[in-house]
Formats: sequence, C-alpha cells, structure tokens
Amino acid sequence: MDLIKDGKRLDGRAPDELRPIKIEAGPLYRADGSCYLEWGGNKVVAAVYGPKEALPRHIQDSTKAVVNARYNMASFSVEDRKRPGPDRRSQEISKITSEALENVILTEMFPRAMIDVCIEVLDAEAGTRCAGITAAAVALADAGIPMRDIPVACAAGKVDGVVVLDLVGEEDKKGDADLPVAIAPRNEDILLLQMDGHMTPSEFDEALDLALKGCRTVSKLQKEALLKKYKTFEEE
Amino acid sequence: MERKIVIPGTLLGKTDGGKQGRGTFREGDNIYSSRLGIVEERSGYINVIPLSGVYDPVVGDAIIGVVEEASKMSWMVDIGAPYPAMLRVEEVPWRVEFGETSRFLKTGDVIVANVLFINEAKNIDISMRDKHCRKVDEGIIVEIQPSKVPRVIGKSGSMVSLLREGTGCWIFIGQNGRIWIKGKDNQVATLVEAIKIIEKEAHRSGLTDRISKFLKSKSESD
Amino acid sequence: MGISSVKRDYLYRLAKDGKRPDGRAFDEYRPIKIERGVINMAEGSAKVSIGNTTVLAGIKMDIGEPYPDTPEQGAMSTAVELIPLASPDFESGPPRANAIELSRVVDRGIRESKFIDLEKLCIESGEKVWIVFIDIHVLDYDGNLFDACSLAASAALLSAKVPNGRFEMGEDVPMPVGDPPISCTFVKYNGVIAVDPSLDEDEAAEARYTVAIDKNGDIRAMQKGLSGSFTVEEIKKNINTARVISKDIRKVLLED
Repeated sequence: MDLIKDGKRLDGRAPDELRPIKIEAGPLYRADGSCYLEWGGNKVVAAVYGPKEALPRHIQDSTKAVVNARYNMASFSVEDRKRPGPDRRSQEISKITSEALENVILTEMFPRAMIDVCIEVLDAEAGTRCAGITAAAVALADAGIPMRDIPVACAAGKVDGVVVLDLVGEEDKKGDADLPVAIAPRNEDILLLQMDGHMTPSEFDEALDLALKGCRTVSKLQKEALLKKYKTFEEE
Repeated sequence: MERKIVIPGTLLGKTDGGKQGRGTFREGDNIYSSRLGIVEERSGYINVIPLSGVYDPVVGDAIIGVVEEASKMSWMVDIGAPYPAMLRVEEVPWRVEFGETSRFLKTGDVIVANVLFINEAKNIDISMRDKHCRKVDEGIIVEIQPSKVPRVIGKSGSMVSLLREGTGCWIFIGQNGRIWIKGKDNQVATLVEAIKIIEKEAHRSGLTDRISKFLKSKSESD
Repeated sequence: MGISSVKRDYLYRLAKDGKRPDGRAFDEYRPIKIERGVINMAEGSAKVSIGNTTVLAGIKMDIGEPYPDTPEQGAMSTAVELIPLASPDFESGPPRANAIELSRVVDRGIRESKFIDLEKLCIESGEKVWIVFIDIHVLDYDGNLFDACSLAASAALLSAKVPNGRFEMGEDVPMPVGDPPISCTFVKYNGVIAVDPSLDEDEAAEARYTVAIDKNGDIRAMQKGLSGSFTVEEIKKNINTARVISKDIRKVLLED
C-alpha cells in the first residue's frame, strides 16, 4: 500500500501538515496543575504535584528538586489491550521525559524537594510521547512551577521516501524513519531527540527542520491554552 | 508597564530598565518571567505575581501550621510549603522542659506562627513569640491557594473588612493560604462560600462588588 | 492518609447540627455527568463525574479460553487503577488493597446482576469465548470512588460493541447487556450516615457501606468496609435509601 499518493498522506494531510490539536489548561480539581490535550486521535491528560518534600529521603538531592515524570498508557488506549503497569517502553519514555522537563525547571530553587509529573495516555494514535511532553509542560506552568521556558515536542519522519511532519499510526508502523523532538522554544534548545529508521544526513536536516516548524506551531497553542484560562482578567 | 499576564519565558525587559524581582530570572541582559502570573513594577523591581503555585515562605510571613511531630526540643510543623518547618522550644511562649514538648503541642494541633528564618538549604524555622501567635482552639481552617491570599485580603484590607462586616465572623488569614475563622455556624458557612468564590474568580475584576452583593443576599435570606 | 484534626472537628460539629460541609442533605447525591464513547481505541468507554470526582472506564475485548467450570460463558475482568494523577495520595506501582477492593466490588455488582449476558459471548463451547476487560482509571478523586467506578463501568458497557470486525468474524455488534446494577455508597462518621461521601467525608469515614440495586429494587451485591460498624437498622435504612436514589441514578445512566 502506498503511504503517499498524489502528494497526500493516508489521512489526507500534506507532508508538512499537523494533525488537529486541542489543549486545555487546568481541567483537574485535585492536581496542583493539569492539562488535557488532544492531538489527532491521541488523548492525553497530564497532572503535576509539587514542589513537595522528596520522599523517600534517599531520593532527595540537597542542591535541587528531583523531577519525576511518569508516562503511562491506559489499558484501553490501544487496539490490543495493554496489561496495566509500566513496561520497558513506558519506563524509557518516563526517563527521557523527566530529563527534558528538568532542563527548563528552575530546580535549584527547591533543594530536597520533588516535582511529580503524571502523564496518562487515554487514547493512542502515534506520537504519544510528544503529546505527553507538550501536555506536561502546560501542566507545569499551570501548577506555578518556575521554568525558563515551556517545552514543546513534535515528531517528523520519513514515509515512502518523503520527509513528513507528525506521523500517524500506519506511517509510524510502516514508515522509513521516526524522529521525535522536544525543544525549549525560546532558544530552540534540543531537550529530547530520538530517531529510529534510516535517513541520510540531508534527510535528517529536512526532518529536523520540519519538526521544529511543528514545535513552533504547537508552542503557540500551549500559550493560548494557558492565557485562555485567565483571559477574563483582561475583560476589564 | 501595564498589568498583563505572562508565562514562563516571556521577556519582561532589560537589566538597564529595571531590577530583577520575584518570579523572574535573568539571561544575559534580559529579564524573563519564570512563572504564569501578572507582571508588575514596584520600586524599580520587575516582579511577576504568580497566579498559582505552592506556598513559597518569606521571612516575616504569618502562617497557620499543623504539628506533624513532637521531638525532644522542637516540633516539625507542616506549613504547606515543600518543606516542613521547625519550631524550637526557645521560640514558643511557654517554658518547655526537655522531652515535654508533646504536653504543649502534639501531632495534629494547629498553630498560628511566623516564619522566622530560611537558610540556603531551605530549612525553615518558625516562631510563636509574636503576640498574635497561639494554638488554634476553636473555629475552622479553610485552605485556599496561597497565590489567592492577596485577593482575600484586598487592597489595604478592603476585601477582608467586607468579609468581616458582612458575616460577623472573626478571620485570621495566613500567608500560606490557610484561613482561621470563628463565628456562628451559618455565618461561617456563608464566609466559607464567599472565600471559595474569591479563590475561583481571583483574576477577575469587579470581585469586591460581587462579594458585597453575595453577602447581602445571604444576610437577607437568613 | 488521614484527615487533619481541624477538618475532622469541623465535620463532626456540622454533623451534630445535621449538616454536611457542602450543604447537602444526608441522603442527597451530588450532580452526575456521564459522557459515553470518549475513547476511540476502546470497544466501549465512558467518563463519569460525581461532583468533582471523575473516572474514565474503557472496555477492551479479546478472545481466549473459557474458565473450565463455565465452558459456555464469556469471561470478564475488572481493574480499577488509582493513578497518581488523581490525588496526591495515590502512588504509582501495582494495585494496593484499596484498588483491589474497588475492582472486586465493581466486578461483583456487574457479575451478580448478570448485566453482561456472558452466554452470548461464547464463540465455541469449551474452546473460544470473548473476554471483556473493564479498566477504570480514576482521573480526579474527590470522594466516592465505589459509585463513580461502578457507574462508569456500566455506562461504558451500555455503549460497547463486540469487535467482530477486528477479529475477522463478521460485523461488529452491540455488547449483549441487560439492566445495569446501580451502586450506592454510604459512610458513617460521628454517628451520622451520609450518602455519596465527598473527599473529607471519605477521609473521616469510620465505616463504609456499598450496595448494588437492580432495576426491580432487588439487591445484587453488598460491601461493608473500614473498621467501624453499622447496626442492623442502619443497614436496612441504607438499603431503603439506596433503592430510592438508585432509581434517579438509573434514569441519568439510561438517558441518551
């Protein structure tokens, strides 16, 4: 099956087109900060608790806060039910997500504390780790965690020899390469970067460029979501 | 500088245009916001007043704490910050013998205290030496987000005065978002409701009028 | 996680005056919101809010072997996840006793009311049957998870389909279901009994009682929890209250 026909992808998008994205800041009652995000068929909810005392004590860092992100997929979020609990893939994603977020959080302001970030994928359609980081970033800002920037993530890839933005299910499974990228949008510092597949260096340049373009668009949506929650202040 | 909402990473100004205040960070010559909040300039400092976030203690704050543990010469107190605070026997208005701490304050007791000292490692010391400090003996404690405390107090205390007059309750507001209320049951219930409204609509204008109307309608239906 | 002494004192004082912190009557339920079909990947799903408590149930189906003692019946399995997202007191890790009790009580309500017609889920007697996985994720905990989880499971099942298409067995058909059980939970504190506990009431509860009522007002399952006790009269009164309340909840559940 051709993944690209007449310049259009399986879902009708152009190669440089993003799936529709919807972001809501602060939907949860209990969490210190939260975000609900829909990205194509992905549905992700993120919640932040903290900063709070880091426990058990042995995980405390006397110089800064520990950032503990947990990425998890709900059993019903995928076609073949997933057994509950973290698998190796989730654990890896949790680790690189924590590391990406840690970069922008002013962790030195809270020694011996910890910040818990919970990312729950409720409905999955490829690109969940990017959706997760994007949602977590909004939840962190919503929770009042001091940060240098609001991280954003987006993936690009290669499908049928063509570099495309924001892979969807079939493209992810049958494509030639997948490149998720997370950045701190102000300086475009790379916070997360993974790749699997096969690309020439120039294809990589093209894909990275496309992913960054996607990140810039999504970054605007994050900002709008945060301001929207408090927009009535401006109605003065 | 107008009062507008900023997010982490928003450029606020240059270091030659103002001094770096709370809720900001510096990169080179630029001052940026580190928080989701309202930017304001005061006495040459550029500050961001956060719209959310846990309690960030400041020396001198009057707070309401819950005793977590009594040790031989001190108590550990939860003040709603990311760290428990220590209350040493030297800092209470009573004469406490060694090991007798739990006779005066035990786990679960609620107290009014001041933030005395915060060191670089964020170890917090509190004190009950000031006149208004005491053990909470009656009434109830309402918890709101610390970032909303200024709204409950209001400009020059205008909101808290309105709440006191409108309900007849006694109110003590801790900077850490905990509010101690004493009064008749139905007045307390009205006050709690009013405080919850303020918390929810803290960022909106015309709040004082709305609360005033709410309190009037409640007292008329009583 | 306990409740602070000041909160407990306030709760007890109000109870003595016949009041609850949110102004409800002791037999009054919070507003219920149900949204069905919210998860594309699931065979059935529902998001339920009772007050600020929100849970999400997803139904997934697979084909497997029946249990040896019920060769003509499909199988069902219920799991409630108390994910750390929903409360600062929930920890990640394998389900602890709370989650397990919730899962089993919700499961019993559905199983004993024969809500799912398990016989219609038999593909080949003794060899192949459908297995229904009911997974419930708590998203926001503000009291009364027993009823929220049960309601979400029922709502998800009501709009679920058997994915014949995905398994190349023909067209998808609706999940064979009958009448759902309606769960009603009470807590007891300082001598009063309140239905649909809010968070503070849940945390101050000395004893808890959940009963599942079917459409005829009959009892299908019960669970008493926590270390306090109920008198026989209190239990009977709870059942009567539940029979009345469940009628209204059933209306909300079954309206489109």
